[in-house]
Amino acid sequence: MSEAPAISQEERDELRRNGILLTSLEEIYNWGRSNSVWPLQFGLACCAIEMIAATCSRFDIARFGAEVFRPSPRQADLLIVSGTVTKKMAPQVVRIWNQMGEPKYCIAMGACAISGGPFKQGYNVLKGIDRFIPVDIYIPGCPPRPEALLNGLIQLQEKIKSQHLKGPDAPRHLRDDVDCIYPVPEFGEHDLVPPKNPNLYEPPTLVRPDKP
Amino acid sequence: MQNEPTSSAPGLAGTPANSSFDILHSPLGSPQQGASVREVNDPFHGDLLEVSMGPHHPSTHGVFRMVATLDGEIIVKLKPVFGYLHRNHEKLGENTTYLASMPYTDRLDYLAGMTNNWAYALAVEKLSGQVATERAEYVRVIVGEMMRIVNHCCLVGFLFNDLGTSFTPLLYAFREREKFLDLFEELTGTRMMYNYQRFGGCRVDPTPEWLAKAKALIDGFPRFLDEYEQFLTGNEIMLARTQGVGRLSPELAINAGITGPVLRATGVGYDIRKVDGYGVYPRFDFRVPIGDHGDTYDRYMMRILEMRESVKILQQAFRDLPAGPIIDPKAKNRGLRPKAGEAYGRIEGPKGEIGFYLISDGSTNPYRYRVRPPSFINLTVLEDMCLGHSVADAVVILGSIDIVLGEVDR
Repeated sequence: MSEAPAISQEERDELRRNGILLTSLEEIYNWGRSNSVWPLQFGLACCAIEMIAATCSRFDIARFGAEVFRPSPRQADLLIVSGTVTKKMAPQVVRIWNQMGEPKYCIAMGACAISGGPFKQGYNVLKGIDRFIPVDIYIPGCPPRPEALLNGLIQLQEKIKSQHLKGPDAPRHLRDDVDCIYPVPEFGEHDLVPPKNPNLYEPPTLVRPDKP
Repeated sequence: MQNEPTSSAPGLAGTPANSSFDILHSPLGSPQQGASVREVNDPFHGDLLEVSMGPHHPSTHGVFRMVATLDGEIIVKLKPVFGYLHRNHEKLGENTTYLASMPYTDRLDYLAGMTNNWAYALAVEKLSGQVATERAEYVRVIVGEMMRIVNHCCLVGFLFNDLGTSFTPLLYAFREREKFLDLFEELTGTRMMYNYQRFGGCRVDPTPEWLAKAKALIDGFPRFLDEYEQFLTGNEIMLARTQGVGRLSPELAINAGITGPVLRATGVGYDIRKVDGYGVYPRFDFRVPIGDHGDTYDRYMMRILEMRESVKILQQAFRDLPAGPIIDPKAKNRGLRPKAGEAYGRIEGPKGEIGFYLISDGSTNPYRYRVRPPSFINLTVLEDMCLGHSVADAVVILGSIDIVLGEVDR
């Protein structure tokens, strides 16, 4: 799909004005996918209230085609991790993520889902859901405003539109080299076992400047 | 609920329930993961079904899980499972200074942050011997009662969601909530996590324009409430689904330590605003609504009536608001080191008695920091209210208790 189009943009616009729409399979596939992102109805903590506020009449997430909150992960395209993920809850979140069908996307909403947030020092708080599932969009805030969630959704739509049917930019289910199933951690004696998915997350290495 | 047999006994998933196999039986409430439906063999009671609802379930108001044992569709045993949102609130409170714990209290009951702030400020004021200024006490009443209205408004919306109206009453409730949240945002800077109260007063002084806007909103609120009630209160389906459902006796409610609208719906007139008379509440003329039957319908009506009483309190508070400093100029907030001792501050939050118990050893951090969460204690009678009802009613009963998981699990 990377070949140059046979006709120019001006010619396409001229044709569209006369009622003929020329497009590529990739474009119309991504156009349809990005404008009907169905999120999972899954609230974890405080951010879930702002997620509900985003669906209500004032912010109206339906303008972006994402108002169909599905209770079942089998019917959802988008997992919004809205709130603190505790170590007791993390296995369930990964299991729900595995139950969703590809193509699927994940938004980490709020400081807690990104890094543990204000509760990072807690013994029972997971320091970021990206240790176990691949996160596409991070929305900072405690909690983020509904506008921020809408902005994150628009960013996700841009990301979906920029994906290709082949190559390294393809969605996961069209690639052979990526595994779509993520290992579910167990609630162990002291911590989650394993504490992270090594394919997804490596703790940052601290580089100290050399002493003069 | 997902109708999947658990993976613990894959070969036996199709075993008839009345066969002599007892391998599928396991003690109730064992820490199985995820939602599942399992058959439980019990030779004395025929075929019982154990259903695990949650932690991911649209009607459990967050990450709450209940393990219900069903005879047909009737609940014969119900076990709540908490802890999916345990965020180490109390441990963190012991490791932060007194003032730095204030933002954490917002995240306890995240639908009503302002009243949590208030209860915590009251506890520290008792511990350190500080007194809030007169104007601050009035402003606390104003923001606290507005918070109560927001909370009850949303609760009614969520309750109707559980009854199966699929979002419409919630849209009305959130439309009103946004108006209040705009005011709170103008006053404090955030929509939900206010961090507004300080020891000895409040953080910022409301401007006259803010007060005028708030007064106009409150004056118009009864009209919205009339409209809301016209749609909901007399609704035939609502009456059939809530009247006589989830009865709680006043004896059990008192013995279990239930507070708030859930207690008052049973006919016990216990309201800390009247009993303690904290702040400037004794100066206001308001009534405490009391229910008759202690069923879900009464609990719903308590919320509606309390909103009307809150409007009355707010109108008096706007009228009587005195001039003066919003915070005591000598108030000590940063680097506060109270004398060794203990204090318990409590207020009547929207969900019941929200209290903070602090022990000081003279250092900058509390030695012990304990939260008395109303919704956690109100949740303990869930099984007693649900026995004999169907699963669909259990969802409604849970909705009428008004739980917020940030407060239940802390």
